[in-house]
Formats: sequence, C-alpha cells, structure tokens
Amino acid sequence: MLRYTISRILFMIPTLIGVAVLVFFMLRIVPGDVVEVKLRGDGGNVTQEMVEMERKRLGLDKPLLYQFGDWMVGLAKFDLGKSMWTDRPVIEEILIRLELSLEVAILATIFATLLSVPLGTMAALFRDTWIDYLVRIVTIGGLSIPSFWFGMLIIMSLLFFNWLPPITFTPIYVDPVANLTQLIWPAMAVGYRYCAVTARMIRSSLLEVMNEDYIRTARAKGVFEKLVVSRHALRNALLPAITVMGLEFAFLIGGLVVTEQVFNLNGIGQLFVQSVARNDFMLIQGMVMMIAAFYVFINLVVDLLYGVFDPRIRYG
Amino acid sequence: MQAETAATSRAGPAAPLLEIENLHVHFVTSRGVVRAVEGISYTVNRGEVVAIVGESGCGKSVSALSIMRLLSKPAGRVARGRILLEGRNLLELSDDDMRAVRGRDISMIFQEPMTSLNPVLPIGLQIMEPLLIHLQMDDARARTRALELLQQVGITDGERRLAQYPHQLSGGMRQRVMIAIGLACNPKLIIADEPTTALDVTIQAQILELMKDLSQRLGIALVIITHNLGIVARYADRVNVMYAAKIIEQGTADEIFGKPAHPYTIGLMRSVPRLDLPRTKRLETIEGLPPDLRDPPAGCRFAPRCPFRIERCAEPVPFLEIGPGHRTACHRADEVAAGKLVALAAPPAPVAAAKTATAKSILEVEGLKKYFEVQIAGQSAFVRERATVKAVDDVSFTIAAGETLGLVGESGCGKTTVGRAILKLDDPTAGAIRFAGIEITHASPAVMRELRRKIQVIFQDPYSSLNPRMTVGEIVGEPLGVYKLARGAAAQRERVVQLLEQVGLFPYMAERYPHELSGGQRQRVGIARALALEPSFIVCDEPVSALDVSIQGQIINLLEDLQARLGLTYLFIAHDLAVVRHISDRVAVMYLGRIMEITDRDELYANPAHPYSRALLDAAPVPDPRVERGRMPRALKGELPSPLTPPTGCVFHTRCPIAGDICRQQVPEVRELKAGHIVACHKA
Repeated sequence: MLRYTISRILFMIPTLIGVAVLVFFMLRIVPGDVVEVKLRGDGGNVTQEMVEMERKRLGLDKPLLYQFGDWMVGLAKFDLGKSMWTDRPVIEEILIRLELSLEVAILATIFATLLSVPLGTMAALFRDTWIDYLVRIVTIGGLSIPSFWFGMLIIMSLLFFNWLPPITFTPIYVDPVANLTQLIWPAMAVGYRYCAVTARMIRSSLLEVMNEDYIRTARAKGVFEKLVVSRHALRNALLPAITVMGLEFAFLIGGLVVTEQVFNLNGIGQLFVQSVARNDFMLIQGMVMMIAAFYVFINLVVDLLYGVFDPRIRYG
Repeated sequence: MQAETAATSRAGPAAPLLEIENLHVHFVTSRGVVRAVEGISYTVNRGEVVAIVGESGCGKSVSALSIMRLLSKPAGRVARGRILLEGRNLLELSDDDMRAVRGRDISMIFQEPMTSLNPVLPIGLQIMEPLLIHLQMDDARARTRALELLQQVGITDGERRLAQYPHQLSGGMRQRVMIAIGLACNPKLIIADEPTTALDVTIQAQILELMKDLSQRLGIALVIITHNLGIVARYADRVNVMYAAKIIEQGTADEIFGKPAHPYTIGLMRSVPRLDLPRTKRLETIEGLPPDLRDPPAGCRFAPRCPFRIERCAEPVPFLEIGPGHRTACHRADEVAAGKLVALAAPPAPVAAAKTATAKSILEVEGLKKYFEVQIAGQSAFVRERATVKAVDDVSFTIAAGETLGLVGESGCGKTTVGRAILKLDDPTAGAIRFAGIEITHASPAVMRELRRKIQVIFQDPYSSLNPRMTVGEIVGEPLGVYKLARGAAAQRERVVQLLEQVGLFPYMAERYPHELSGGQRQRVGIARALALEPSFIVCDEPVSALDVSIQGQIINLLEDLQARLGLTYLFIAHDLAVVRHISDRVAVMYLGRIMEITDRDELYANPAHPYSRALLDAAPVPDPRVERGRMPRALKGELPSPLTPPTGCVFHTRCPIAGDICRQQVPEVRELKAGHIVACHKA
C-alpha cells in the first residue's frame, strides 16, 4: 500500500509536467500581456520605453523557451514565481485564498455526505413511493438550480431575519463561530448540487445492489433488514459515489467563480477571474498547477479509498 | 438423538416437517399476471431429501423462494395456499417472526456461488452472522463455531480462511462456505436451489456428497431444486416433477425412475444422453416449447407437446394417485405407467449418406501452445512482475473430414482457447494448425478471409452472442453480405429463409429480434448464421450447455442432422460427458492445458486409460437410482491447481489416485496405447 502510494505520487510528476507545458504555451498564444493591462489600463500616458522597462523587469523580453525553463526550474523548487501584477509571491497569493476555498469545499462535502447518504438510501428503499418522488424532485432541483442563484435565495432568506453573515474572513482557528457563520452559507449553496449528484448516484447504485444475489443470501440468513442495508448493501453501493464525490470536491477548489461573488468571498475563484483579466500569467499558471495537483491528488485518494472499501482491489 | 427423531418421523408420515398446500404464486408484470406457481402441494419429512425437478421457468425456484418469503417485491406474491413448517403457517407470520425462521429453521443455498456471497465482507463474518443474530452468541463463540463449520464442509486452514474475502476462494470453495452458512444454526430444513449447476463435474460430485452426508449425519431435511435428473437419482428420496407451474408427477425416486407415469417425465429422462446405456442413434426429444404462463392451455399443459395426446387432454387433469404415494396428472397415466405407450415421437432419421469418415484429415493441430502473460503483485512498485499462464501447452490432434471430435475438460482446462486458436481469434504462442493442408497460424489476411468461410463457430451463450439490436434476418444475412454471396436484397432474403428452415425455424422469424425468441430458438439462429457461408468445419463451443434439457436434445439432433446432410466436420467443445459421448466419434480429454487422452468414443467410455478420464466418468451422475446406489462415491479429491503454478511432472498428479514418484518428477510422454488410443500417463 505504501509502495503503491509512493509510486502513484511519483507518477504525478509527468502528469503535472504535461499540464505545465500546456498551460504555459497556451497562455502565450493569447495576445497581449500583463504590462499592457497594467500600464495602459488607466489610459495614462505611457511611453514605449516604460513598457519595455517593465517587460524587462518581469523577464518578458527573454525568449519564450528561456522563460519556460526559468519557470520550470522554479516549479522544481516549489517556487511558483511572483505575481506580475502585485509582485508578491504566487504561493502567498494562493495560500491566502486557498484556506477559504478549501474550507468551503470541506464544509460542502460534509453537508453533502450527511444529507445524500440518507436521502439516496431512503429513495432506493422506498422506491416509487412518495419518499422516492420527493427525493427525486429535490435532487433534480439540485442539478438544475445554479448554485449562485441558490446562494442568492439563501442570502435573501437570511435578510428576512434581518441578519447577514459577516463579510470579512476570520480563520477558523481564530474565531470558529465567526468563521462558520460566514462560510456555512456558501457551503450549503454549492453543497446542494453536490448532495444532489451524490444522492442520485447512491440511489441508483443501491437499487442495483439490492437486487444482487448476496442481498438475497443475507435475507435468507435472517439478517435484520436494517443490517442488510447498512452492512451488506451500502458498502457496495457507496463505491461509485466515492468517485463522484472526489471529482466534485476537486471542482469546488477552483470552480466557485460566481458563488464567491455572490457571497463576497475572496477565494480561489475570484483570484482566477482577476488574474485572467489582468493577464497575470505567473499567477494563472500557478493556480492551474495547484488545481491540477489537487485533481491528481484527489484521484489518488479516491483510488485508495476504493481499496479500503472493496477488498477485491488491492494495491501491491 | 437427532438422528433417532429423524428416523422415527421418517417412518410416520403423520407429522411432516414441511407441508405445502395448494400454493399459488403470481407475478404482476406490465404484460399481465404470470401465474408462476399454480396449486402445488408437497410434503417434506424430517431428514428426508426431496427433489423438485423441472426446466427453467417451470416455477421450481419461485416455489422455493416463497417458502422463505423471499419473492421479489412488489411484483411477486403468494396468492393462495399454505406453507406449514411443523404446523405453523409461514405465510401468516409477521415480518420479524419470518426473519427469525430464515437461517434458523430453514436455510437456503443458491445456484451462483460466485455472486451469492458479499464481495466486501470477510467470509468469517458472513458465516458468523446467523450465529450472532439467531443464537445470540458472542464473537468468540461464534468464531469457534465458524471454524467448526468450515471443518465440517471440508475447508482446511479455517483460521486463515475466516479472514479471507470471497474473491480469494474458488467456486467450489465458495459453495462450501454457502453450505457452512446454511448449516450454522442447525436448521431443520435446507433448500438448495441448483446448488451445483455452476460447478464443474468433479466439484459438483464433491459438493453433493458433502450435502448428502451432512443431512444424514445431522438429520436435516433437504429440498434440492434441479434440472439434472442424474442428481435426483443419486440423492433424492422423493421426487416432484414440475411443468408449467404445476407438479405433474410425484413419488419416490424408485417409482418415478422405475415406473414414470407422465409423458413429460419420460421425455425428460429420454432427452438426456446417458452414460450407463448403449448409445442410441438419435435422442428422443420433446418437441415444441413450454406454454406461456400468462395464458396457459385449459387442459393438460403438456398436451401441445405430448406425443400421446388424445381429445380428452383438452379437459382439466386431476392429480390422481396411481400407486402408493405416486401421483400424476395425466389422463392416460395408467397406460403410460403400464408401458403401453412407449414410442415417443422419435424424429425421423435423415436420409443421408453414411458418414464418410475417411482417413483424410481436414484439421491438424500440432504442438499448439498458447501462453498468456499476466501481471501479478510483485515486491517492487516499479518493476511489475509477470507470470506466464500456459493455457494450452503442447496440444496435438487431428480431425478427419466428416467426423466429430469431442473436446472435454473442466473449466479452465484450455479447451476454449484451443477453439479460439483454430478460429484464429487468438494467435498461438507456438505450434502449427493446418486446415485442409494450409497452415493458418501465419496465414495472410487474404488467405484467412477465404478460410474463414470454411471454418465457422457456434457459441455457448445464445443470449449474449447475438446482437440485440439486429433482427434475426440481419444476423443470419450479415455474412452473406460480407462475402457477397447473395446478389441483391431478394436473393439474400431467400437464402436467409432457406437457412432458417434448415435449422427448424419459421421464415417469419427473420423479422424478429433475438429477445423475442426462446433460448433454443436463439441457438438455432446461431447455427443458421454459422451455416450461411457453407462451411465445412464448425467449432461448437459448449453449444448446448446454456439450454434446458428438452431443448438440448433438439439442438444435438439438429447438429447431427446437419452433419449428415452437409458433410460437416465438428470440433465439439463441452464439459458434459454424456453429451460428448452422444455426438462425438472420437474424444480428447484436456486437463490444465494438456491433452490427457484421445481415443475412440466407445473405447473411452468402456476402457478409459487415464485416471482423469476415469474420474470424470465416475463423477457424472446417471439418471437411474438403482445404478447410482450401486456406485461408489469416488469424487475426485481437491481442486484444479492454479494455472500460474502448475504442478511439476504430470499436471494431474496432485489429484490423481494412483500417482507415484515418477508422476511428480517427469512429464509423461504422449504415447499410443494401441492404434488410435493416445494417452499421457505413466501408469496407463
């Protein structure tokens, strides 16, 4: 297991190098650069000389391959370079926001898991009854309602009680209450969809599992129906749900562009939009690398979880 | 003491263990109500073995599941009747009371050992579960009992096994675990639904011996549900024959096999080829198909297929007693039982030229080897370790034009791989295959294209080998299009009709899709497709093993007719020795990738030279209780070794009853005992 994990982590390297090559050169295909936006953006008087100087300072005057090599050498040292806009290290820029995004993703996962497992299970066990219909309506809603819109609904209902969540981010280790009262709402907003996807997955896989021969065997042994479901069926039915949850989680790290806007959160999504608008190549590259690493890592976690849940899968 | 009570109650039929009274089971489907079981009644006494025999869809499994109240909800329900266990009506129990009966008083063993155990739970827990629930044992005691149970069902090394998962056990082992689960709480009754159908013959014999032995020793009554009359003859005390949702004959095993009184029972017995009787030219078959249970005929349900049908058969049949404990539902039962109506509709033998089995060989396989590389979990994470599975190892044989070579062996012996190599679906690792003098292992695609016309295949599973989105006409016509054998749509349609008629299907079926046909009809479609290119050689890969016995007979007869009429040559791959004996001229026996024996059919069955051939013949049950009781249970010990680590020397020595030192050290030469009798054994 340990060997397998180490080898998988090592195999992440070529994947990430591929991502690095792609993102670096694709960004260079896009016309314009950060200097143009930075200096000309205000419509001020800018001489060609100033532009050249800034370019030189940022290293944009060097040949493309040289720039690439520079960046790659940095990557090898876990140095993502400096933001071309703020001059602060990219790592720093990301880490400030990552704390928030990661927490929202984790809260959403907890919320979705707590809700989707019972919902999906109930729907499957009471198939074609009003319980099932209700769950199906609720989950269809989760799939079709955009999370930012659902977020606005949440804010409006909070306003109804004349209360609004705090606007500034407080880390959870400073003040857990202030932290949670701020982040629980966006986590619910994005967790709804998450929960819906997972609940539907659990429902359909549980329906399938309940028809398996070994469920009949369990019943023929006189196992209590509750145990038949929890011990015999759910463990088998949760396997496909784990895959979905992993992908959803990775998405939540970087994909909450509009929802962050609605809740006025300074997360990864916001930073992404900002840096793209500013042509801040270094920051964009750094973020893409970070998110790619997250995806690959979560995939590994999902695979390892499979091994925990399903004894037929053994990594040696 | 238990044995004593079992013995006394067996004598007195006054207090049966289980009584089924007038049981009706209905399934509500979108296309109407299927009356899957209609008014069956039978009893099971303590310690007795009762068999329910019938073909698929006759309601035998459904009736067993309704005893356990495990019918799939909400479609299936018991519409009428009583199920009494020691006088208590199971149908009136609350759900929780019924749950307490399941696994405690009645256990059930299912057909598919591969899917009947939970893949994510260790087998220890699965065995201990009923003990923890029904007997409120604590973990330690349940564990001790589980170890004891594993020993009882013949699994050694129990400590280690308890922690293992089902995928780490072979099929036979899993069925032993299922039996251990069934025995856990010392039930009064075990229901076994086709317990050995998914297993190989040698393993089947082991499992059945085990069940019989345990039920006798522990005084447990056994209900065996099966389609295999041989099993019934060997193990059952009393027999119920079901047909189309009803029991049509009931009696002791001796009565049923000795004086069968229903034409269906007779048909069932005659349509299986038998190892203990001289080989007949043709199998007598039951023509036609069982009725649709949504709308069955009003009178005798077997009448449409019955050769002795008279006018009165359209009237409802009473279930009458014709002897002590022997009841049957036939208007002409007396005549049938008296043996007055013997001649079943023996289909006319085809007026064909006698087999021209000349010495001219059409197919020569020489030193064929097929190795598969597999990855195994190794020590290092980076260097994947590989192992070689020798699926086929140095196999040679020839087939003469117009003859049938049977290729038998248990699953995993490499027989299908040989077939695939001949069809060039796989490239062999080494060796030569010559078809009509042309070497095909290295043949160019152009040569192969021509040869494929001559070499065709019939697959095992008619359910998955036909494309469900194509009509029968398209399936049969497709090869004609590929080889441009029919000019124009009209000519193709005409040829398709001709092919369908040749295999006993009706022209209108060309418009149907495979799912609208029965299993036997589908297999006929597969045969028609194989015949479309007018081949001279057909690889038949287990063509009848997925079919019901009465249908099996029809297909075997069809294959024989076609061979006689079209001068075909067959390689007939199968695991059923009786079927192989019936259809083959010569037989090759394979074990772990090697040929053990090749000889003339009659020679093999009369004087098998190889101990493995002998073991296979011994393990196959024969549908006659008197013969069976006289036979010694000589089930082959142990299981098929892993092909990853085959035994040294003779691959069979680990299971061979007569193996000596030389067998462990040297691979036996393939030698000719006498003309045409080839064997690979040091001791033969």
